[in-house]
Amino acid sequence: MAYISKRNLRKEKEKQTAADNRRELIAAGFKRRDLLKMGLLTSAGMLIPKKGLSAHPLNTRGSFDDDEPNSPPTNPWEDLMPRLPVLQPVPLASLNPAPQKNPNTPAGEARTVPHQAWDDFPPLRYYEMSQHLANLQVHGDLPLQPLWTFNGNVPGPLIVERYGNLGNPQAGSVLLRLRNNLPANNGGFGLPSVTTHLHNGHTPLESDGFPCFFMERGQFYDHHYPNVYAGVKSTHQAQGGDIREAMGTLWYHDHRIDHTAENTYKGLAGTYILFNERDTGDENTGFRLPSFGDGQNPLTSFDIYMVFNDKVFDNVTGLLKFDLFNTDGILGDKFLVNGKINPVLHVSPRRYRFRWLNTGPSRFYQLFVLGPNNSTKSFWQISTDGNLMERPVQVNSSRFSVAERVDVIVDFTNDAGKTFYLENRLEQDDGRGPTGDVLGAGQGTKILQIVVDGPPVADNSVNPATIPPGNYFYGFPNTTDQERITRTFRFERGNGQWQVNGQLVGGCNQAPRFRIKRNSVEKWVFQNNSGGWQHPIHMHFEEFQTLTINGNAPANSGIIQKGRKDVFRLEHNMETKVYFRFRDFIGRIPLHCHNVVHEDHAMMVLGEIDDTGDNRTNP
Amino acid sequence: MTDLKRRSLIATLGAAPFAVPLLAHAQAPDETPKFRTIPSRERIRDRYFPNLVLTAHDGRKLKFYDDLVKDKIVIFNMFYAHCEGICVPITRNLVRLQQVLGDRVGKDIFMYSFTLKPKEDNIEALKHYAHMHKVKPGWLFLTGSANDMETIRRKLGFVDPDPVVDKDLSNHIGVIKYGNEPLERWGGCPGMSSPEWIAETLSWVDWPKNPAQKKANGGGK
Repeated sequence: MAYISKRNLRKEKEKQTAADNRRELIAAGFKRRDLLKMGLLTSAGMLIPKKGLSAHPLNTRGSFDDDEPNSPPTNPWEDLMPRLPVLQPVPLASLNPAPQKNPNTPAGEARTVPHQAWDDFPPLRYYEMSQHLANLQVHGDLPLQPLWTFNGNVPGPLIVERYGNLGNPQAGSVLLRLRNNLPANNGGFGLPSVTTHLHNGHTPLESDGFPCFFMERGQFYDHHYPNVYAGVKSTHQAQGGDIREAMGTLWYHDHRIDHTAENTYKGLAGTYILFNERDTGDENTGFRLPSFGDGQNPLTSFDIYMVFNDKVFDNVTGLLKFDLFNTDGILGDKFLVNGKINPVLHVSPRRYRFRWLNTGPSRFYQLFVLGPNNSTKSFWQISTDGNLMERPVQVNSSRFSVAERVDVIVDFTNDAGKTFYLENRLEQDDGRGPTGDVLGAGQGTKILQIVVDGPPVADNSVNPATIPPGNYFYGFPNTTDQERITRTFRFERGNGQWQVNGQLVGGCNQAPRFRIKRNSVEKWVFQNNSGGWQHPIHMHFEEFQTLTINGNAPANSGIIQKGRKDVFRLEHNMETKVYFRFRDFIGRIPLHCHNVVHEDHAMMVLGEIDDTGDNRTNP
Repeated sequence: MTDLKRRSLIATLGAAPFAVPLLAHAQAPDETPKFRTIPSRERIRDRYFPNLVLTAHDGRKLKFYDDLVKDKIVIFNMFYAHCEGICVPITRNLVRLQQVLGDRVGKDIFMYSFTLKPKEDNIEALKHYAHMHKVKPGWLFLTGSANDMETIRRKLGFVDPDPVVDKDLSNHIGVIKYGNEPLERWGGCPGMSSPEWIAETLSWVDWPKNPAQKKANGGGK
């Protein structure tokens, strides 16, 4: 093919020599510590760029030429951190064809299952988004990036919705039409065949974004989100659902089976917030958490969603690159917040609610607020996976792996003129998970700069320090109802393949590995038997409460484990027991690792919720 | 899967081979002088497919990129002839996969098994292994210098990040990798997945399915 240039034989020879030298070092029995001492290894675990040693010898421009994380240099703190654009509803009449309960196959709808909650919760508001290519700037030092977007945005637009009132649960119901307008040519990675999961939604499962329910180019898919509390059609019908099951900070992302990592990495992820009559978005009412406002105006919007991800850029082309043949997990060396590398956020001296989301692909974070002179500023954690805890808990840091969300309140009231950084101090050298070491203040990776130079503005939000002891938010549902079954899921690795209870994922057409009975309680045990690996284990549709971790009660201080969650951070040699109620809706459901590289290599079990259930204790 | 079996792609491709995917690099972003505009397909080639000379079980010397990967749908796995662990069940599984894929193997789909023990696995050993498993044309067992085979293994990600596990050949990576080189679509799955499922995953990186779609692809977006 004429356009492919000649190979650079000299460079290939250099790489070969480097590989030989590295192999000799390993064969000679040098350990990481020895290499560090000899000055041949950086603290991040990379061989230093010496010719003939690193696989990535420096070229004449001082950068690398291979596929390890070595992006071109970018100056930090140049771009403003974008506030995510809020998606606006569209009139029903603008949707062509009109949405309907049954799949509109002739018109190009990819959905195959009728909307099960259509009659009970007919949609009242409508959204439409196109998934397409757009060239976006992530940093001024890099060229425009050909990314896959929702409506031209990475992250996708923020959907802000409200639950219905308890007397009128129907009032929250919406429909989102997604259209696949992605290009056939993927520019190097990405599969233009998609399914979009609303992560943590109590969503009828045909609208949930099941990995096998994907749509091809040119097709559309109508997602019906009733935005109802769990229990609405079962245990809490009279109350319009159980408000203690309220969710706040959700997100949507591509979930294409076997291709989720590359598609989300290329941009297909966005955010979703649910308010209600207590978590109102207005600091003068309800829980009095910092106001959301319009989400844009810095003088009225103090509830800010921050989407973190780490990426690698090709130092020759400057374009986003994806490690196609990686099976362990992909780490980036550039940290993006809301689509910009190392941006700056200007705030006023008052309290803010930050909603932190890690979209991966594989890195775990432990975020600290780093202040002047390497001081560490404490803050208040109020949610686990976006679900409000019993009350705010003061912490020095929050740890969250891929897909986990943490809501926090940071109080800058007395900080006018100061500069802070969100700093990740959790050491991680490869896709297996963090090493377990937490670095010292100022020794981690600064991700976002926060400058307290905004004008003084009124702050009517609750000061968590003044909240009297006891429950402040909704409280947790009980975990004492009798379970129908206890199931064990053992996650392990053999021959580089992921297995759950000794079995491979199978395929989309395989019979469900487990069947949950609708409106029943189950206890699940997650076991990590895969040596040095850690896994964020995610269950769709229902969140759980953790009962025990290695036999102990989950922590409610420090690194918070207690709460309602949809991702369990399964760390080394850990065994946990969690409590689920599966209510209201039926359909197909996955349980999977949310290190999306592991997920794409079959670290998933496909099950189903139906009206009979099964008795498989080790699915 | 019937899609892959019944489609006669070669006829379609014969007329203007691969013209559609190759023209589709129209996503040129802004020019920034310090960066070069290089087609992504070329970057993938440079990163993953060194053009090393390998020897096949039929005795041919073949270049990894030019002869084995370029313009093809390919399936990769690792093995060695005297493996008593996972190689045998995976090879048997891939024999069934070859049956499922039918006569496309050797035409536009190619299967490659790379030895982990190039010093032991000479042409004779590979030939014996292929005959023993009644492997049909279009599937090659490949050896080469120890360095070259190690380079390919690492490039294609058949590596465990734990060096102790990685050295233990009895526990070598049982994943298969597959892809469509001109379309730049790549994936992987467990080697012990059912052949029907592997064939279905392959269908996701297959050539455009119908003339209308082919035409749409020509625009590059």
